[in-house]
Parts: sequence; structure tokens; C-alpha cells
Amino acid sequence: MTMYVLAAVLFGVGLYGLLVKRHLLKKVLGLLILEHAVNLFLVEVGYVDGGSPPIRLAGETAAAFAGGAVDPLPQALVLTSIVIGLGLAMLMVALSLRIYERYGSLDADRMSELKG
Amino acid sequence: MLQLIPLFVLIPLGAAFACLLVKRRVPAMAPMLSLVGVLALLALAVTGSVQGAAGASIAGGWSLESQGTTSFLPGIALVFDGLSAVFLLLVAVVSTAVLVFGFRYMETYEGRPLYYALLNLLIAGMNGAVLAGDLFNLYVFVEIASIASYALVAFGTGGREVEAAFKYLILGAVASASILLGIGLIYAATGLLNMADVGTAVAAGGIPETTLLAATALFLAGLGLKAAMMPFHAWLPDAHPSAPAPISAMLSGLLIKTLGIYALVRILYLVIGMDGALGGSLQTLLLVLGCLSMVGGVLLALGQTDLKRLLAYSSISQMGFVLVALGTNTWLGVAAAIFHAMNHALFKGALFLSAGSLERIAGTRDISKMGGIARIAPATTIGAVGASLSIAGVPPFNGFWSKLLILIALFTAGMHVVGAIAAATAVLTLVTFVKVQQRVLFGALPERLKGAHDVPASMSLPVIALAVLCLIGGLLWPLGLDDWVGGAASAVRTDGPTNEAPAEYRRMVHSEGRQP
Amino acid sequence: MSDSQGMSIVVRVVTRWLLGLILIFGLAVALYGHLTPGGGFAGGTIVACGFVLAILAFGGSRGPGAFFTRWASALDAIGALAFLALAILGFTAGAFLQQWAARGDAFTLGSAPSIVLLNLAILLKVGAGLFAGFSAIALFEQTADPDTADSEKGADA
Repeated sequence: MTMYVLAAVLFGVGLYGLLVKRHLLKKVLGLLILEHAVNLFLVEVGYVDGGSPPIRLAGETAAAFAGGAVDPLPQALVLTSIVIGLGLAMLMVALSLRIYERYGSLDADRMSELKG
Repeated sequence: MLQLIPLFVLIPLGAAFACLLVKRRVPAMAPMLSLVGVLALLALAVTGSVQGAAGASIAGGWSLESQGTTSFLPGIALVFDGLSAVFLLLVAVVSTAVLVFGFRYMETYEGRPLYYALLNLLIAGMNGAVLAGDLFNLYVFVEIASIASYALVAFGTGGREVEAAFKYLILGAVASASILLGIGLIYAATGLLNMADVGTAVAAGGIPETTLLAATALFLAGLGLKAAMMPFHAWLPDAHPSAPAPISAMLSGLLIKTLGIYALVRILYLVIGMDGALGGSLQTLLLVLGCLSMVGGVLLALGQTDLKRLLAYSSISQMGFVLVALGTNTWLGVAAAIFHAMNHALFKGALFLSAGSLERIAGTRDISKMGGIARIAPATTIGAVGASLSIAGVPPFNGFWSKLLILIALFTAGMHVVGAIAAATAVLTLVTFVKVQQRVLFGALPERLKGAHDVPASMSLPVIALAVLCLIGGLLWPLGLDDWVGGAASAVRTDGPTNEAPAEYRRMVHSEGRQP
Repeated sequence: MSDSQGMSIVVRVVTRWLLGLILIFGLAVALYGHLTPGGGFAGGTIVACGFVLAILAFGGSRGPGAFFTRWASALDAIGALAFLALAILGFTAGAFLQQWAARGDAFTLGSAPSIVLLNLAILLKVGAGLFAGFSAIALFEQTADPDTADSEKGADA
């Protein structure tokens, strides 16, 4: 249960950083924290108390493996989600660089060309 | 045909990477590769729709034992049914028009092979999202399309474009995170990801009510952001106009529908269940948000002087129509919503493309600085007028039929107030577009534009083709098109003429999707 | 980081020794991905980190770093296309992404040859894609060509 609380707290921290902070790189960090909060939650969903890693060893029967291992599916999901997060973060950093090039600043308040 | 379902994703994905491969040596091949790709998609989508085939294709499904058959891992299910067919065909048609339009339009931009690569990636993501049979793959394909769209909005690399893309990316990332969290909650409660299975489990009460409520709220917030519902709309009027015109047409015409509306229909109707415990409150929510989007969007559109910004606000308003139609929770309402989403893709695609042409002709997007363009650009005018008549809901065009259907669906469901609001919004839409056409296309030609001339045929023909499709859609509606769209609605609602479809979806995923 | 001279001689010599080992380790992680923890993505990340190390040590404009920077985008596309081609070969075994190669004994490298090939394609894709993204961002001021839009590509491995 405490682990779920940790994921929720991280989610809040990430959301705060992403939406409230004015510095663009702090927004990038907020996004990363937000994503890893969700990833942490997904891994926790598949956790089995005292379970073994979901890698089958030679000589282990399928039944024994399925009984003892943690759920591998969320781990596969998290791997995919990490890749997506990586792409997002890279794009965000590239956009920040462009913005710095145009405005000479990474302060979101200085970006004023767009209204509402 | 069913074996070929993965090709809907494979072709654009392959074209995207082929474009990247040729970008240094033979950049001129990128448009050709993309054209071959979208034409193949068009052929596939037409074949699929005509055959009316429905079924699932499973990618992977590797067994654990090397020779044994006892255990196997379920692979990635791609499901093709009536609802998917409508959206696949729509993506193929609008993409083709957009691609042809972009050949000449994009000539002024740097790094064109990257544009073609990203455009193909966008198509791959949308096709995948429409075909995905489970929640997680829906999320993955939604993300592929979204990431491609963030990069495309920033493609001009000016301050305005990059800023709009950054804003869009932040809100899009929050939306994605909440969708993924919702999927995590569903998986935690049921251990299932397959949409059909989750739907069955939810209907059987297999999920605690609070979990379901939280997951629903997360899905609604995430998909609502992607669909630009009114309280979540802030990114759209910046992002859509900032992109190059062909991309604006893709984003406003297709992206908000495949990622927003399609995913909402699938998840709300098939997974969470509009007839279930949460059905009543979901209906109210959809109606309220829909009315807000309809009225707010059209009022904000009326005040705009930037042509593309006006079109973007009008997209929000039109999405409101779709949302209230979904809020009726009847077969007729869903059919009307799908038909309106389909029509909106055609006419809003045409309008954004013609806005690009007008920008090229007049050198500005400011409506007050344009006028009399009909005299110097007849071909562009034909397309723009056709699409405007359609969005305004003038009778022979398809926009008339879908708005009429939405009103009928609302009034037969007893929602008179919402119906009256929708009718008033339709009138306001008519006013908006009459005003735009009068200012831009007719009236006096400013001195400044005397020497201007029409855009090349490869830019005006796609717009005209889309406008003609709007007309054909309107003419064919009473003559058989209604059956096709109704079939799509039957994929999620049982109170229509055919009522086996949702059960059929479950059967397909189980028998064809689950066997090795 | 954009210093094209790279770092001191100590770092450069150590990097020259380590680079091969890092690349082999990445390859091994990818090759045995179906038997042990790891796989194409993890292996590709290790390989990309090796390339990043080369850029940091030697600078972006000469040495191995320049070579990788030049070819990263093309290799990335080749990796993706190879994955798609291998996946399409699955049609010969009945369906998309199906294992088409003959399968050997369990718990050996040959137990699933088609998965090994897929992992290698992913290794190429992720290694080159991640590195292309890094170099697009790190060398941004030097190159100033509009390739930054490239950096989203890591997202579909």
C-alpha cells in the first residue's frame, strides 16, 4: 500500500512541475517524474509478494514457473511506456532548445506570442 | 483479407522509415514512397469496407514450449469491424488528399523528407489506434500519432510554431499519463487488457465501483484532452493553426477523431458500458461537455480574424455536436455521431487545405485583409465554397444530414433543451461561414491582390475532391450510405436494426484472437 | 559538450579500450534477450551509451563519434525496416510477427532464431535512434540543420 502512495505522491509532484513551474527544463523534469510515477504504479500492480523474476530457468516446469513468478505483463508495458517517455522527453528538450534559440530564454513567461 | 489487417499499420510505418533512409541521397523519392503508401492504404480500406469483412488478426502469439502446444502467450490483437472500417477509410481518403496537396505546398519548407516520414508515422499511429483490440496497444498507437503530431506542429521551427508545439506537448503528455494510469487501474482490478474481456468483466460487476469511477474519470480527462472538449481545449487553437496547412487538415480532420472520438466510443460504450452503473452520469457529462464545446467553440470562432484560428475553434464546436450525439446513448445517436465525425473530417480537411491555398494567394491569414478572391482563384473558391456549404449544413451536402440526424436523435431521446442548443449552434455555424465566405471570397478585391493568381492544380484539386465527396456523401446518404454508417454504430450499440455486433466483437477476439 | 576537441588524453585512451567491450556487452545483452534479462532495447541502450561516450571523449567532429553521427539516422531507418521485414516474414508461418525460423532446443541460443533476429534489428534501431537523438540535441549549436525533428523516432521500438 505504501508503494501505491509513493506512486501517487510522485504523480502529484510531476504534475506540479509540469504545469506550474515556469522554467522549461523543470517542466521536462516534471514530465519524466510524472511518467515514472505511472510506470512505478504499473510495476507494483504486477508484484507478487516473494515472487521470482519472470524468467524461466532450465528444468523448471511451466506450472511451477507460473506459480512463483511476478506478473511479467506490466513489466512489458512499462518497457514500452519508458520508450514512449524517452521519445517525448527528447522531443521536449529539442523544442526547448529551439525556444531558447528564438527567445534567448527558457522562461515560459517570456513566451507570449500566443494568446489563450 | 483478415490476414492483411497488420498491413494498415505496416505500410505507413515502412514508408516512414523508407523516407528517413532516402532523405540524404534521394530526397525526391520520399513523396513518391508516401504516395504509393497511401494509395495502397486506400485500396485496402476500400476493399475492407466493400467486403464488409470483420475479424481479428493476431500478431505474435508465441508459445512458451519449443514444440509444445500446451501454453502460449497472447499476442497483439488487431480487430477490424464496422466501426474500424469507417475510420480506416476516412484516414486513407483524407491522407491522400492531404499528401497530394502537400507536394507543392511544402516546397517552401526545409527538410521535406522528415515531413513525409512524420506524416506517415501519424497515419500509422491513427490506423493502429483504430485497429487496436486491447487498451494498452490503443495507448501505444495514440502515443505514436501524438508524438508525430507534436513534431509536425513545430515543423516550421518559428517561435510561434515551437511554442504552440510545446504547449500541445505538455497537455498531451498529461493526457497520456492519465490514460495510462486508467489502464493500470483497470489491469490492477481485472488482470485484463483486452477491451472485449474488460467490457465483459465490468458488465459482470468484476470491478469495484470506486476503481471503475477513477479509471473512467482518467480516461475521460485524457481522451477529452485529445478530442479537445471544451474545458480541455486550450491547446487546439494554438497547435492546429501553427502547423503547415496539410498538417492542420490532418490534425483537425483526423487526429482529434481517431484519438478522441473513436477511442471514446470504444472505451465508453464497449469497455465501461453506457448502460452500466456509471451510464447515467456519463450521459449527463457528455451532454454538458458537448453543449459547452458546441456553444463556446462557435462563439469564439465568430470573433476570430485569423482564418485558421477560426477554423480551429469551429472544430471544437463541431466536436461538441459529436459529443452530444454520443450522450444520447442510443443507436441512432451513435450512428449520427459517427456520420458527423466522418463528414467533419471531409469538410474540415477541405477547409484547412483551402485556408492554406488562400494564405498562399493573399499572403495573409487575416480575414479582414482578404476579399474578392473568387475572381482571381476560381478553382480554390469552388472547393472552399463546397466545404463551407457542407459545414454550414446546407441541404444536399452531407453536413446537413448528419446535423439533422443528431437533432432527431436528441429529440427522440427526449433531450429537448440540448436539441434546441444544437439547432441554435447550427444556425450560428451557418452565420460564421457565410461571414467568412463573404469577406474572403466575394466582395471587393483589394488593390494589393490584383496581381495574385490561383494555386497550382495539385493544390486545388484535392480540396475540390474532398468537397465533391461531401456532396456525394450527402446524395448517397438516403441511398445506402446510412446502412454502412449504421453498421458501424451497431458495432457498439445493440438497440439498432442488427444487434449481435458487440457480442460478435467479443466472439472474434476470443475465438480468433486467443487461439495460437 | 559541444567542444569538438574532446576530453584529455587519459579519457581518450580509456575510451578506446572500453568502447569495444561496451559494444560487445550490448550485443550480448541483445543476443540472449530471449533467455536472460535484457533484449534488443536494453542492448541498444548500452550500445548507444558507448557511442555517446565516444562523442564525449573524442568530440563530435572527428574520431569514431563523427562516423556514428553521420550514419546514425540511416542505420536507425535500416534497423526499423529490418524489423518490419522480419515481422512480415512471419506471414510464411501463418501470421504477422509469427516465428518463421525452425526452433531448436529450449534454453539455448537457437531456441528461437527469429526472436534473436528481431532483437538484433531492435538493437540497431534503438542504438542508432537513441544516439541520433542525443547527437541532435548535444550538437545542436554546431550543426543547426533542421534535423532536430528526428529525435522523436525512439518512440516506436
